[in-house]
Amino acid sequence: MNTSALIMMVTTQALVTFLMAYFFYRVLKAPKHAEPDSYYENDDDE
Amino acid sequence: MAKAASSGWGSRVGLILAMAGNAVGLGNFLRFPVQAVENGGGAFIIPYLVCFLLMGIPLLWVEWASGRFGGIRGNHSTPFIFDSMNKKRVWKYIGVFGIFTNIAVASYYCYIESWTMSYVYYTVIGTFDGMSQQQVSDFFSSYTEIGSSHSGIPYEAVVFYIVCLALNTWILSKGLGGVEKVAKIGVPLLLIFGLFLAVKGLTLGTSGASDLVPDANALDGINFLWTPQFRSLLDLKVWLAAAGQIFFTLSLGMGTIHCYASYLKEKDDVALNSLSAGFTNEFVEVVLGSLIVVPIAAGYLGLDWVINNAGFGMAFQTMPFLFEKWGEVIGTLSGVFWFGLLFFAGITSSLAMGTPWMGFMQDEFGWNKKKGAWTFGLIVMILGLPTVFFFNEGVFDEYDYWAGTVSLVVFALAEIVLFAWVFGITRGWDQINAGSDIRLPRIYKPIIKYVTPTILIIVFLGALITPKDNDWKKAMTEKWELDKGSILAKITNSDIVVNKSFFSDHKEYDQGSGIVDTVYNDLSNPEKPVRILKVKDTVRFYRNEKGLVKEAVKEKILSNLGKDYVFFDSIAVCREYKFKWDNKIVVKKGDALKLGSTIATGNFKNKSMYITIGRVLLLSLFLFICFLVYRAGRKKINS
Repeated sequence: MNTSALIMMVTTQALVTFLMAYFFYRVLKAPKHAEPDSYYENDDDE
Repeated sequence: MAKAASSGWGSRVGLILAMAGNAVGLGNFLRFPVQAVENGGGAFIIPYLVCFLLMGIPLLWVEWASGRFGGIRGNHSTPFIFDSMNKKRVWKYIGVFGIFTNIAVASYYCYIESWTMSYVYYTVIGTFDGMSQQQVSDFFSSYTEIGSSHSGIPYEAVVFYIVCLALNTWILSKGLGGVEKVAKIGVPLLLIFGLFLAVKGLTLGTSGASDLVPDANALDGINFLWTPQFRSLLDLKVWLAAAGQIFFTLSLGMGTIHCYASYLKEKDDVALNSLSAGFTNEFVEVVLGSLIVVPIAAGYLGLDWVINNAGFGMAFQTMPFLFEKWGEVIGTLSGVFWFGLLFFAGITSSLAMGTPWMGFMQDEFGWNKKKGAWTFGLIVMILGLPTVFFFNEGVFDEYDYWAGTVSLVVFALAEIVLFAWVFGITRGWDQINAGSDIRLPRIYKPIIKYVTPTILIIVFLGALITPKDNDWKKAMTEKWELDKGSILAKITNSDIVVNKSFFSDHKEYDQGSGIVDTVYNDLSNPEKPVRILKVKDTVRFYRNEKGLVKEAVKEKILSNLGKDYVFFDSIAVCREYKFKWDNKIVVKKGDALKLGSTIATGNFKNKSMYITIGRVLLLSLFLFICFLVYRAGRKKINS
């Protein structure tokens, strides 16, 4: 593989992978919104 | 125990996976690498990422925020989501696109999805074992000709289509919970299958080289895909291709994102959710999509072959043959992974297409989800069967063009104008940021108002008046001749030059020129004998560094490789016509043909008829939904 292709591929793929992981991390770490929210799996037991 | 909501998302991750599944489709694996190959290799990624930042992300936010805004007011489909944003009647009817597009696209998309399903089956039972590349390719052609059967099931293409559609409908009848479950299983499996195949593509190297293709090297494919050709950045065609790819890959302008987001509450985040779903789609496309089809095909068939043959058909006409080379176990496993991956990519998208109709009928006419789902299945089947039966006659392509391409751009352009200019960017920006779990850069406020609509106008105009062969430079300096694929050429039917009438007693030659090479009767299938006509003409070839002579389909791209290829013209058979036994070929060997020459007599139904049928069906669907929206509007006024 030539150097420019390698740099282009690694940079782009690393950036996209990092941003995907980062946004998912932010989603998982975000504080839960007060009830009632949109997600029924969070709802209190009845 | 948590209570199950009748309509709503179970979890935030479930929603993001469903949104990502909606976006991830067959195009991530098949369209993206082909676009990159045809538009400057590694340099394509630059306009692609610019368009993602300036058009993709803003439209994602706009669609998520509009959907949530409408949903809070009890609307789960675009006609009344738009109505809640502005009361002028026109917006309600523009919103019709958000239901129309989904039903129309689902009708042919489910057909492709059914191919992936049937190909998993054929791979498992070993249908492709020992087949040559030509046989695998012919298998697909005969599969779509409907009459033939490879599995013993009569009309197997139709049966697989109906089974696939029934599966979609059944899942939809379970509501959003069913869609979310499929996304939670399908998206991770898709990622695992994709990673397996990407690693194979990345590590294949020269191990696939053979006596026939001694220079085959998978790294050549990756090299070509990622070597930046910066000259192409000055080409408008490349930018339009990049914008188009971003559009299709994120499922923008469909109305599905609005529908999914409409089940969110006011204080729930849309900004971070949309970024997570959008970047998951980008990961699948840029990381996995670029490491499967092109490298594997280049690893066995050579880079020249990939450049000349890159296209949608590779998935079904080439990949099964290549997987066979990995041995019985790995080959079968890879085939199952590949078609399984495409199946999950497809079904998570087609399920999303059912939800706007269901949401609309539930909101406006009080239908339950079962009734909504099964009527969706029925309409899709009525609309989709012509694409199955007349696939080779152009109905499929006609649906894809008008519903799967033009409608999306028109709808997205309208929605960004509504959001940024009519609803107002200040209110719009507040909507995007309401409940946000991430701080968004304020620069996006003017981008949404000015830049994104400008890009969309350029994309639309680019599609409207595309110059011949997409050569913008030539069109601007010389005569502007419309390309066959431009909207104007399509509307005026100027792309159909010969065989214009629906029914005809003769068939006209549809190429520029040619000389009759062979005329014979093919009796190999005694039940269905056919008459064959082969025409030869000047074809462009090239000789590569190893001295091998190959056909140069895409000379411009090959020239850009910088290798010492020698291009030359030669006479070769370039076109084969197959006629039914009742028809008569009226030309003989050596006859010179020109565009419009009569080549056969008998009873013919021309493509123009099937194309018109396709258009009438699409228009009928659009008007039918307009009527429903009108009825719903009246109902609201009366109540």
